[in-house]
Amino acid sequence: MSAASPLESRPTQRQSAWLLLTLGLAVAPHLPRLPLWMCAFVLMLGLWRWYLAFTGGPLPPRLLLFAFAAAGVAGTALHYGTLFGPSGGVALFIVLVALKLLESRTVRDAVLLAFLGYFLVITVFLYDQSIPMAVYAAAPVLGLTALLAAFAHGAGDPGLGTPFRTAAALLAQALPVMAILFLFFPRLPQPLWGVPHEAAEGVSGLSDTMAPGDLSRLSLSDAVAFRVDFQGEAPPPSRLYWRGPVLTRFDGRVWSMSLSSGPGPGALEPLDAGVTYTVTLEPHQRRWLFALDLPGRGPEKTLLTPDYQLVAQAPVRSRTRYTATSHLRYRAEPGFSGEAAERALELPSGGNPRARALALTWKRELGNPAAIVQRALQFFRAEGFFYTLRPPLLGAEPVDDFLFNTRRGFCEHYASSFVFLMRAAGVPARVVTGYQGGELNPLGGYLIVRQADAHAWAEVWLEPSGWTRVDPTAAVAPERVERGLALAAASGEPLPVLMRPGGGWLRQMRLAWDALANGWNQWVLGYGGERQRKLLSRIGFASPDWRSMAALLLAGTGALIGMLAAGLLWRMGERRPEPAQRLYRRFCRRLARRGLARRPGEGPRDYADRVAAARPELAAQVQAISQLYIALRYGAEGDPRQLKRLRILVGSFRA
Amino acid sequence: MRSPAANAWETGPWTARIRAGLGGTARRAGHLPGSESSGRDGARVVLTRRRIFILPTRQGLVFAGMLLLMLIGATNYQLSLGFALTFLLGAMGMVSILHAFRTLAGLEVSVGKTAPAFAGEAVTFGIDLTNRSPRPRLSVALSHPGSPTVHCDLPPGQTRTLTVSMTATRRGWLRLQRLTVHTRYPLGLFRAWAPVELKLQCLVYPRPEDIRLPPPAALHPMEGGRDLLGAGEDFAGLRDYRPGDSPRHIAWKAAAQERGTLTKQFSGNAAEEVWLDWERLAGLDTEARLSRLARWVLECDVLGIPYGLRLPGATRPPALTPEHRRACLKALALFGLGDPVRPDPPPRP
Repeated sequence: MSAASPLESRPTQRQSAWLLLTLGLAVAPHLPRLPLWMCAFVLMLGLWRWYLAFTGGPLPPRLLLFAFAAAGVAGTALHYGTLFGPSGGVALFIVLVALKLLESRTVRDAVLLAFLGYFLVITVFLYDQSIPMAVYAAAPVLGLTALLAAFAHGAGDPGLGTPFRTAAALLAQALPVMAILFLFFPRLPQPLWGVPHEAAEGVSGLSDTMAPGDLSRLSLSDAVAFRVDFQGEAPPPSRLYWRGPVLTRFDGRVWSMSLSSGPGPGALEPLDAGVTYTVTLEPHQRRWLFALDLPGRGPEKTLLTPDYQLVAQAPVRSRTRYTATSHLRYRAEPGFSGEAAERALELPSGGNPRARALALTWKRELGNPAAIVQRALQFFRAEGFFYTLRPPLLGAEPVDDFLFNTRRGFCEHYASSFVFLMRAAGVPARVVTGYQGGELNPLGGYLIVRQADAHAWAEVWLEPSGWTRVDPTAAVAPERVERGLALAAASGEPLPVLMRPGGGWLRQMRLAWDALANGWNQWVLGYGGERQRKLLSRIGFASPDWRSMAALLLAGTGALIGMLAAGLLWRMGERRPEPAQRLYRRFCRRLARRGLARRPGEGPRDYADRVAAARPELAAQVQAISQLYIALRYGAEGDPRQLKRLRILVGSFRA
Repeated sequence: MRSPAANAWETGPWTARIRAGLGGTARRAGHLPGSESSGRDGARVVLTRRRIFILPTRQGLVFAGMLLLMLIGATNYQLSLGFALTFLLGAMGMVSILHAFRTLAGLEVSVGKTAPAFAGEAVTFGIDLTNRSPRPRLSVALSHPGSPTVHCDLPPGQTRTLTVSMTATRRGWLRLQRLTVHTRYPLGLFRAWAPVELKLQCLVYPRPEDIRLPPPAALHPMEGGRDLLGAGEDFAGLRDYRPGDSPRHIAWKAAAQERGTLTKQFSGNAAEEVWLDWERLAGLDTEARLSRLARWVLECDVLGIPYGLRLPGATRPPALTPEHRRACLKALALFGLGDPVRPDPPPRP
């Protein structure tokens, strides 16, 4: 047969344009991540195809396409160093799809491109799974589905309206089934194969070192560091010290983590029942986790170091949830001595002579470590120190320069110089970095901790209480600890937008949005094997395994499809009465209410005669209606004027 | 469903008149739910669930493969939205099965108009597809062996006539073969189809002989054998073209003026009669005789000469009406094919 199958025919111009547009929508979120030359390359190929679709010109020769493909693959390999893994693989995929455009002639090719378009959408989720992206992705999915419907339509070009309605209906009906599959499809706890780790770009957060200016830079970011759900009441803000890296080594300018860590956590004598909370940590590519000062027990598969840092087995590369218990009142490592104590007293051999001299004076005058601590805090309070997010740069002797010249600093300046003074005065001390405070979201009942809440404080070892937290920043700017960065900073300081105080409804809006995003993170993005098991045990499966999930999956999907089938096929075999018939039946119902029901098998003429005999006053109307009906239904095909008359007559008929 | 009363009335005393008047009423007659065919035998088929088959298309398999890849990717990269998209597309595929099924379920397929044809010509069968449901059925396709697939959309409550054609190779009854009603809508991932056997046959007349020998005018020696094809007759008017008319009689001028294809009719001077006699064609084989007789029937009809047909076992007295022409051609078509009266009810005109 010569007639080509519909799949071999060409897509219409409108369909081609629509396909290109939808593929453009699907690839758009990738563009900012791609090198500029690749964006230009892909865009050029797409526009070229568009031009060819509208002029009907011939597609480029195969040889040219091969050259393009070679160039694209080589460029990708050069730029990413690999053709695999998310970045390189996705870039290569985009290049190949763009090349496929210039090789697509028939509807069959276009259908394949639509499938590739779905695949493009899923690759976008490798980078962004936020609510706005999910909403955005609905657009290309709907567009591609409508295209499939248009291509499946055999009877000529159906336009775009009908396929769009079909696609919308299909997707809407698929949603409940999707929900069942999403909930009960067994999830694997681990990836199937090793996912290559890619250096995350632009992730801000604490680092394992601290130099002057590091934390004040973080204070410019309102990105969320983590969110916390407390079991029970949240402690007051002044107690919310989120412990991160503990920095013991000092080279005169930079504090860094101690390399040698002893076996197991230091001794801890809790003095309260403890606070339990669940942290949802945004990925920060480092191994440490954050816990309230001081963590007594970490979650499984984590480690507590001798200096009470909570550390995960692997760097945190995806949003991670963990539950920990901390004690706000404690005695930490009361019997502390030896090598560890020496490390907590180490200072570079030279530098910052004025600070050393001041510390030695205190040591001589006071002798008692606790008194020295109080003296130092008194020094910060009384000597005109100023808390600012924009501290001036420090010279070659940073501690001296800060303590005696600039006296303007952010938390890292205070913590660093305080610990320096303590060590110089013979009191074991170290710097602790982390976050302080957080914003309670009343809508979700959880705490939001942002990068701008980054903080540094000091720990000194005292007899008999052991390691004791001292926050020299609190001596200078108590509001920082009591009420957060926003209220501590002087007006005119460069606070990030979301950290600024006040804001009324705008603040309400962003809190509502954050609550939504948090719910999304917890229940959609964080839905995995563990939550799945919890859900199953909640609905009554004692020991949920893949079998119970498969059973639920099949039963749920089957029930939904069955319901859908019933809904869709309901009345499909039924015939739609013609308008005249509908009007006539209404007329019969009216008479039936007056006790003159039409008998089975009674023709309209006989019926009309019977009614006319029983109710002579209605005879004229009844006869007119019956005759019109007979004429309409059995006479020449539909006269719209007669139908209109029948409608009026039946409408005004009162038995 | 139509009420029982309406059904009863349909078969009531004055139904016959209505049927006769409309011709199509039988097709409107009610059917019982689940019945596979009703109306006249095999003239109408309603596609019930058991008749409809569904299988994935090649595209559907490719789509499934893509979903599998997406699932593996989502598992490996722990992409919740990847799972969501994969499941959404999978669920959409499943739902599309229901939609494909719905497009065909309850569809009514009935025989439409079919006109007799000559052997060697294409026979066109009209097939009516009727959508009795309140929902549209989109992209319903009809296939018949040897005929290009045809598609249509069926709005609620409407009937569309699709035609399939076959080349008639020999005279006699040409039966419609098994039809396939199918659809790839809504996504092309699945194809739903239903085989349909309609009892529809078309009468194929013998192929008229190409060489135009004059009919045996020798019956009228007085005339000395008129040259039926020559000039000399009077132009009597135009009538619609019928298959088998000689191209020489087509009114090309009228065709050029787009007045349709018309055939010139001529009237002889006298209304003499011609007998087309099987016996006089001795020496030719059966098919060649029938071919020549068919040609003569057409010629006489065009020229307006009353003709009679004498076949072994059947004689038709001379006449010059369309019914006569039909009857003669039918007799020729069925000659020697056993029972000259067709065993099945005739196709509706």
